[in-house]
Amino acid sequence: MRTAEQIKAAIEAAMPGAGVGFVTNPSVSEQHSLRLAPNSAVAVARFLRDDLGFSFLSNVTGVDWPDKEVSEKVTLTRTVTKTVDGVDSTVEEKVDETRKRQVPGCLEAVYHLYSVELREGPIVLRMRTGNRTDQVELPSLTPIWRSAEFQEREVFDLFGIVFKGHPDLRRILMWDEFKDHPMRRDYVEPDDFEYEPTAHDEVLTRAVAHQISEAAAGQEGTGHSQ
Amino acid sequence: MTVTPTLNASSKNKPDGWNRPQVIVPEGDADLLEVAMGPHHPSTHGVFRMDVALDGERVIRLKPVFGYLHRNHEKLAEGMSYLASMPFTDRLDYICPLTNNWAYALAVEKLTGQAVPERAEYLRVILGELTRVQNHASSIGFLIQEMGASGTPLMYAFREREKILDLFEALTGARMMVNYMRFGGCRVDASPAWLDATRKVVEGLPGFSEEMERLLCSNEILMARTQGVGILRPELAINAGVTGPMLRASGVDYDIRKVDGYGIYNRFNFRVPVGDHWDVYDRFMIRLLEIRESIKILEQALKDIPGGPVMDPKAKIRGFRPKPGEAYGRIEAPKGELGFYLISDGGPNPYRYRIRPPSLINLTVLEDMAIGQNVADVVLIFGSVDIVLGEVDR
Repeated sequence: MRTAEQIKAAIEAAMPGAGVGFVTNPSVSEQHSLRLAPNSAVAVARFLRDDLGFSFLSNVTGVDWPDKEVSEKVTLTRTVTKTVDGVDSTVEEKVDETRKRQVPGCLEAVYHLYSVELREGPIVLRMRTGNRTDQVELPSLTPIWRSAEFQEREVFDLFGIVFKGHPDLRRILMWDEFKDHPMRRDYVEPDDFEYEPTAHDEVLTRAVAHQISEAAAGQEGTGHSQ
Repeated sequence: MTVTPTLNASSKNKPDGWNRPQVIVPEGDADLLEVAMGPHHPSTHGVFRMDVALDGERVIRLKPVFGYLHRNHEKLAEGMSYLASMPFTDRLDYICPLTNNWAYALAVEKLTGQAVPERAEYLRVILGELTRVQNHASSIGFLIQEMGASGTPLMYAFREREKILDLFEALTGARMMVNYMRFGGCRVDASPAWLDATRKVVEGLPGFSEEMERLLCSNEILMARTQGVGILRPELAINAGVTGPMLRASGVDYDIRKVDGYGIYNRFNFRVPVGDHWDVYDRFMIRLLEIRESIKILEQALKDIPGGPVMDPKAKIRGFRPKPGEAYGRIEAPKGELGFYLISDGGPNPYRYRIRPPSLINLTVLEDMAIGQNVADVVLIFGSVDIVLGEVDR
C-alpha cells in the first residue's frame, strides 16, 4: 500500500515540473490528497493510470469555496497626544486592531482513485479553478477514465466547472434551460416554487409577496401562483 | 475466460478514445428512427429516458436522460446536522435502505474516528446481507418480467423479499424507510426472538435459491434472449467505473467486502463469483450465485453473534462537530460501490456531502452495451444493470 507521499514522489521522479502539491488532511481518516496543476493534470492522470496502476476512478465531485473574509489581529504602535495635568505630551501606545483580508474563492474538483489490480486506494486528486466567475475551466479526465463522464457532467451542472476536453458536456440532472448552479454555496432559490394549495405561515407570506411583486412588474402569472 | 488481475492489463498502450462507444455507420442511406423510450416506460424502473436512434431494429446511438427525480439531496444535507441526513439516505436506493445507512454511518465514523461495538458490526452484516439477498432476488424477478415472463418469477422473488421486509419491520419499525444505523452502532438492539425468526428465514433461503436456479438457469427462452447479449469487456468495465455484480460479471474479481474488509467482513468465509462471458446471462447468474454466498455469510454471522451493547455508550450521535478534514467511506452495496464523501469545516453540518451512486455510474456503459443490439434487447440490457432512480437522480 503506497501512501500519497510515495505517489507524489513517483510522479515527480517521472515528470519533473509537473507541479504536484500535497494537501494534508487533518482528520482521523488520514486521506491526504495531491493537488494537480491544471495544465499538467491530464499527463499526470495518464501516468497514474498506466504506470502506477490506478485503473479505477471511483468518485468525482466538486467543492465550492466562496470568497471569504479573514479577520486577523494586528498589533500596531501609534503616537497619541494626551493631556495630562494640563500639559500636552506625546505618548507611544500599542493598539490591537482587527484587519479584514479578502481570500479569493475558487471551485475545486476532487477525484478518488483506486487500483483494481493492486487493491490500493484511495488516492485523492484535487484541481482548483482560478476563481468562481470567469476562470472556471479545468481539464477533463474523461479521456483517461470513462467513469468521469457522467460525474463531470454533474459537477458542471451543479457547480459550474467547465471541463475542457469532455466529449459531451451538457447538464445532466437539471434541465437544459436552467440557469445558475444549485450546489454553489451562494445559490439563492428563485421565488417561483409551486405554492401549497392551502398556504400558511412562511409559505403564505412568500406567496403574497410574490403576487405583489408580480403585479408590480406587470407580469402575467407563471401558472404556479394561483 | 477470467481476467486475473495483473498490473495494467486494462488500458495501457490503448489508443486515445478506445473507451468511447464504438460508432456504427448504418448501411446505405437509411433514415434513422429516433425513439424516446421513457420516461414512462414500464421497463425503466421509475422515471428514466433513453433517446435511441434505430436503423431498423438495430440500435445506432443511445443517450440516457436523467434528472426526473432530482431533489438535490446533497444540498439539503449540507443544511442540516449529520444525524438529520440519516433518514434521507433511506430514500436513495429505496430497495436497499440498510446498506445506504451503513455507507453513510461508515463515512461519518471514518471522519470522526468513532468505534463500533462488536454486536452492532454483526447486526450490520446480517442486515446488509439480507438486503443483498432481497435486492438480487427482486432484480432477477424484474429482469425476467421485462423479458416477458409475466408474473411467476417476480412473485417468487417477492414472496422471499416480503419475508425479509417483515424482519426489517420487526427490528426497525419500517419495511423500507428504516433509519436504523447510527454513528457508532445501531439504533435498537435485536431481541433473541428476532434473531430466531431471522435464523428461520435464513434456513429457508437455500431452498429459494435452488428453486430459482431450477426454474430459470436452463430455461431455453432465457438463454436465447440473454446469452451473448450486451457484452461488456472487462477493461472497459474497470475504466468506466462499473462496480458490483456488473463488474464481476465482466470477469473482474473485485468485491469491496474482500478488498477493504470493512466492518468485520474478513472474518467470514465466502467466495466471489466471477463471470466469463460478460453478457446479460452472466449478470443474472452472478446475482443468483451471490445470493448463495450471502446465505453463507448470514449463517456464520447468526451463529457467532456476540452479546453486548449495540451503541458505544460514549458515542455522540447528535450535536457533534467533527474536526476539520474530510473522509471518503465506501461499501459494497448490492448495486455496486456506494460511497459517501464528507468534508467537515468544524461545524455541526457537513460542509460538503457527496454520494457516489453506483446506479448512475453503472449506466455510463449503457450505450456501449446497447450499440448494435436489437431494440428489444435494450430493455434486457438496461434491466441487467439493476438501477433505482432514487439513487441515480438523488
